[in-house]
Amino acid sequence: MTIAMVARHDRQRLWDLLFRNATRAFAILVLLLLGGVMVALGVGAWPAFAHFGPGFLTSMAWNPVKDEYGALPAIFGTLATSAIAMLIGVPLALGVAVFLTELCPPFLRRPIGTMIELLAGIPSIIYGIWGLFVLAPFLQETVQPVLIDTLGNIPLIGLLFEGPPLGLGILTAGFILAMMVLPFITAVTRDVFLTVPPMLRESAYGLGATTSEVVRDIVVPYTRTGIIGGVMLGLGRALGETMAVTFVIGNAHEIHTSLLAPGTTISATLANEFTEAVTPLYVSSLFALGFILFVITFLVLAAAKYMLIRLQRQAGT
Amino acid sequence: MISMGRYARRRVANRLWLAASMAATALGLIFLFLVLYALLRNGIPAISGTLFTTSTPPPGSAGGLANAIYGSLIMTIVATLVGTPVGMLTGTFLSEFGKGSVLASVVRFVNDILLSAPSIIIGLFVYQIVVVPMGHFSAWAGSAALALIVIPVVVRTTENMLELVPHGLREAAAALGTPQWRVIVQVIYRAAMQGILTGVMLAVARIAGETAPLLFTALNNQFWSANMNAPIANLPVVIFQFALSPYDDWRTLAWGGAMLITFTILILNVLARMLAGWSSRTP
Repeated sequence: MTIAMVARHDRQRLWDLLFRNATRAFAILVLLLLGGVMVALGVGAWPAFAHFGPGFLTSMAWNPVKDEYGALPAIFGTLATSAIAMLIGVPLALGVAVFLTELCPPFLRRPIGTMIELLAGIPSIIYGIWGLFVLAPFLQETVQPVLIDTLGNIPLIGLLFEGPPLGLGILTAGFILAMMVLPFITAVTRDVFLTVPPMLRESAYGLGATTSEVVRDIVVPYTRTGIIGGVMLGLGRALGETMAVTFVIGNAHEIHTSLLAPGTTISATLANEFTEAVTPLYVSSLFALGFILFVITFLVLAAAKYMLIRLQRQAGT
Repeated sequence: MISMGRYARRRVANRLWLAASMAATALGLIFLFLVLYALLRNGIPAISGTLFTTSTPPPGSAGGLANAIYGSLIMTIVATLVGTPVGMLTGTFLSEFGKGSVLASVVRFVNDILLSAPSIIIGLFVYQIVVVPMGHFSAWAGSAALALIVIPVVVRTTENMLELVPHGLREAAAALGTPQWRVIVQVIYRAAMQGILTGVMLAVARIAGETAPLLFTALNNQFWSANMNAPIANLPVVIFQFALSPYDDWRTLAWGGAMLITFTILILNVLARMLAGWSSRTP
């Protein structure tokens, strides 16, 4: 090798080193980002946690005038709306996934799949404005009076459907959330349904199973972990969804047994009150709510990811 | 005869289940069309010559969304320009260098969490590390929050797309004596370009309508402002404010902005999908 070639070789090795380390540095940056979020929220939340102690989690108070804050109504609203979203959204999403993988004629599979995915592309705020001006009046005038007159009279269950039909409230928020998580859960479950080995499916058909029996006894048991992963992913979305909920939940720091009553969620409280918070303790209490939301969604999303990785390993072997 | 009865029952049950799954799909599509219909019905009256030329009005007078459109555009552009290289390099590390390493699997895990993390949390984070030290809301802070949402999307698609590039290409380039960084930049990136571009378009579609992270970062501005160091108007926050106001002309503008954002995003989504479909057909 000539000296010039050696110099060029060394230069290229230097570039290689630089490039490799640059990519590594940015990968570490992404890693630090999550830690940074955790620390920044923790620092912001600390004064509130220190002032109220663990009682912050169980307190019903929310009084900016007296500077007293408690997280319970917001946590309750977050969990209640997400639970409703899952109850409505999961069966629908599984239905769509079954339709797309088992029933749909191949030439329609792509267009219908794309249209369902477009539901995920519509921004949260658009669901909010639609929920406020279209869905809420519709529920108030047609659906909720019927619910109150029928289910409202049954003992115990009736407690869930008490009160006047306001249109806005926990139920409406849960309904909008169900629409919003539908495409996410469908996308994951459709993909895991496709991992079922064709031989298993064909064997079941060969034994005379009907399509619904194949889905129930072959596809669902085989992909159970993946389905749970997809549902958890949807749950993670529902818990943190902000704008759509802010428009339709009614924004009241209250807990009612009735699903028709207004409430609030952690994210809706943040969206509504953060820029108006005047005292340091108020701001810190809002950070504390954000911290709680982050911990809850982190756990749910981590569990979802873990399930999906497990399914991937199973499919890989 | 008994077995025939059972067979008939199974067939009926099958029909019912399949009808239910079809109904679920129909319901999903009906949702989509109901939302799009409401946007068109309420948004079209807002479309006028002044929508794009005048700024947001005080209640009761005529105006448009020019300042909000500009603010959204500029923050989306800055966020994409910052977020894309970071995301691409991280995705490159995951696919080309870190394969199988502990660091790569941890980063992949964290990235997937960030991908679904509530965007309002990102807003709080940027408020704490940008707005508080600067002492005021600003377009820079808004762009930073949006960039943090772009990164995980681009990381994910870059990694997936680089992995689709056949190994033969890497080996062929290496056999010619090409240094690894050149193999990646000049061969692999070029081969995966359409896929990466698809990811960037999806990321733009994702941030174009993001509202929650802008509430505490860019805030809003009633007037035309091109100052990146000051609060800036943007479509999502204007929609939020105007839709919840009691004034009819503000609400009309909110619907107009909502229609504008949604159709931009849907077109971006469809284009991205077409680009992805096209690239998967040409080997």
